[in-house]
Amino acid sequence: MEKFGFTISKIRQIDYDSNDRSIADYIYEREPSFRLCIECGGCSATCTTGNYTNFSLRELHILIKRGENSQVIENLKKCMLCGKCILVCPRGVNTRNIVILARQAFQKSDSYAI
Amino acid sequence: MSKHVVVIGAGVAGLEAAGRLSKAGFYVSLLEKEVKTGGHLNDWYKLFPDRRNSSEVKHYLDKLTLNDGIKILSGTTIEKFSKRKSHFSIITDKGNEIIADAVVVATGFDLFKSARKEEYGYGIYDNVITSAELEGMFRNDKIALCNGKIPGAIGIVHCVGSRDEKVGNLYCSKLCCVTAVKQAIEICEHLPESKVFCFYMDMRMGGAHYEELYREAQEKWGVNFIRGKVSEAGETINNRLVIKVEDTLAGRPLKMELDMLVLMAGMEMSDGGKKIAGISGLNTGENRFFSAADPHYGSNISNIKGVFYAGTCTAPMNITETISHARAAVSEVMDYLKDVN
Amino acid sequence: MITEGKKAIWSEYQKEIADDKFFYVRSCIRQNFFPGSEVAFLRIMRDVLKKDVYEHPCHTTCSGIGYHGDVVPVETAMTVVARQFALMTEAGYTNYVPSCITSFGLYTEILDTWHHFPEVEGKVREQLKKATGREFKIPGNLAHASDVIYKFRKEIAAKAKYKLVNKNTGEPLKVVDHIGCHYAKMFPSKGVGGAEYPYVLTGMVEEWGGQIVDYPERRHCCGFGFRQYLVQANRGFSVACSKEKFESMEPFKPDMIITNCPGCPMFLDRWQYVINEMEGKKYGQNGEGIPVFTYEEVAGLVLGYDPWDLGLQMHQTDCEPVLDKIGIEYAPADKYKLDVKTPSSKSHNLISV
Repeated sequence: MEKFGFTISKIRQIDYDSNDRSIADYIYEREPSFRLCIECGGCSATCTTGNYTNFSLRELHILIKRGENSQVIENLKKCMLCGKCILVCPRGVNTRNIVILARQAFQKSDSYAI
Repeated sequence: MSKHVVVIGAGVAGLEAAGRLSKAGFYVSLLEKEVKTGGHLNDWYKLFPDRRNSSEVKHYLDKLTLNDGIKILSGTTIEKFSKRKSHFSIITDKGNEIIADAVVVATGFDLFKSARKEEYGYGIYDNVITSAELEGMFRNDKIALCNGKIPGAIGIVHCVGSRDEKVGNLYCSKLCCVTAVKQAIEICEHLPESKVFCFYMDMRMGGAHYEELYREAQEKWGVNFIRGKVSEAGETINNRLVIKVEDTLAGRPLKMELDMLVLMAGMEMSDGGKKIAGISGLNTGENRFFSAADPHYGSNISNIKGVFYAGTCTAPMNITETISHARAAVSEVMDYLKDVN
Repeated sequence: MITEGKKAIWSEYQKEIADDKFFYVRSCIRQNFFPGSEVAFLRIMRDVLKKDVYEHPCHTTCSGIGYHGDVVPVETAMTVVARQFALMTEAGYTNYVPSCITSFGLYTEILDTWHHFPEVEGKVREQLKKATGREFKIPGNLAHASDVIYKFRKEIAAKAKYKLVNKNTGEPLKVVDHIGCHYAKMFPSKGVGGAEYPYVLTGMVEEWGGQIVDYPERRHCCGFGFRQYLVQANRGFSVACSKEKFESMEPFKPDMIITNCPGCPMFLDRWQYVINEMEGKKYGQNGEGIPVFTYEEVAGLVLGYDPWDLGLQMHQTDCEPVLDKIGIEYAPADKYKLDVKTPSSKSHNLISV
């Protein structure tokens, strides 16, 4: 609560141990290529959405893996599923399917409203 | 009468050089400060990238050096080194003088002393170990915490003592990334229930089949790779480790608890090599390794005619490179002794 | 935790600390925050340890608070510091002892700068001469006042009336030490024990009977940070730093916190009140806060000084739980009496000296 003219800042740190990584586990199970991302950013560079909004598929992957889900939900809907990202991925990650699976996982989970 | 070559150091480079020199018809004295030959090979369990047992390579080297033309003087250090005309005089710690026509320096490397990175708490926190110590655990088939329990979450810190101005090592030790990947896989093999996290600054998978091994670690074993240098470790009341790292790809600091932290100690010029440099006048570079005459075509040649380098006393190298470098040193020795009477 | 490993590091980070004839300079803010501490230092040094400690009436701020608050450029700070050195030189002393950690850090930083860039020192000498007519010598020994108490910790223990021990259980008190960032983080070799595992306060606590608690956020800043705290809008960040420390130390159930910086005890003490006001959370045992002390206060307590003479009534987090655990005698009614009439000159109120 605010008192004395300020509030206590929230820590920016990713608290790995207390984060919920069930969304990531759901994807790992169904799309094993999710593990192969090396964070090169090729997908984000070519992404139409990423070039006009603050959407980054690369960052989305990391945030899902770390369990920073509230930030993921905010951005997940922005993907238009065009599939250009699959074309450029050097590791053969099925990037489009990862977005689809992430949406599924959130829809199935009781903890999130999507 | 065949010429006499002294090889200093009986690790991979020294053994390979001695064996090849002997095959070429030289009489060889192989000096080793330890009782056992083989150097760091003795401490390793399996080798990257093909994961063969290190003893197989040791066996090859032993076979190569097992002949009458090679005299192995183990448990011997060198106190004096001088050149008289075309001959070298080497005085050992036992007071013996060895006269040689040529010398191969193969003094190898030392592992970076991890306690120097104080923030990781090696030697202070119970379950912070080095890559070499983990190899010992693999050998004994027992990866366990101090209290005997099996670790559930294990962190691997890359670049400990490498690419780090704070410890005076600007260079990359080149092998720690692939060692980390190899060890991550081996942890998963030994402890299928464990979670392994590699904390790296860059994944430097430059050798043949290294990148494939990295991919295997991700795909088959689910090893987690987090890009960022661990800046601090602490110990919780439950005797777990808590680390601080930036997840640089998420752009956020990250905190997590681990049961065990494995430090990928880098390679440094060996103390033995430094001693030889001190008594012989051989040149060393900014990175403290011996500096060769030319980085492209003279990597075995020293500043003293008749003294040649083999292996990791000049720079970090893997075993394949070390063996090639040792053979190249032999070729230089042959070339040199052809013209010396 | 492997103590031997820490001892190895501690043995690497030892520094030279003068034995006598100290030129002592006070902090700008400590006399408001913890008004008994500096007087306690002087009393311990002079009365107990029989040392020569000189204070110069013309000493001013070192300007470090302005330097770290982004309002004083470093060149100005250097000239102000040069003037302090001139006062020391004129008084015939060479062993410089600042009370403040940030002063100590600034002096260390300036001496190191002059060492590497002698032309900067030359310019500062010229500026000081022009402005004030003064000249100065570089201190022969620079040590923080906590270094000096660390050096004499055994002598203090020998004369101690109390130990940092729970009188009921006989167990050593569990003490959290907090070292000011500017003590050794900038120059680890200038701090006793270095920056990662500092020993300066640990040495005192162990010598006086307590036990140090090493917890994960031990090295974390208290959150003062000058420019952060000074702007009201940034105070949430400042208090969050202290909160992170409290949460990290809480499972270890510490009895008390000992500090060696002007800002740290202020914030670790006051923020406990603020956090409780905002979130209804206290981090000590039995619904209490964790009492926070300066090292001079702790030295004074073990030597048997009256807690109210030491100014402990100025703490926002009550110190009584610790006094009770140790078994220190005190009169609760005297806590807020400002003019204490006492028969002996030795125990009259230090604050009004």
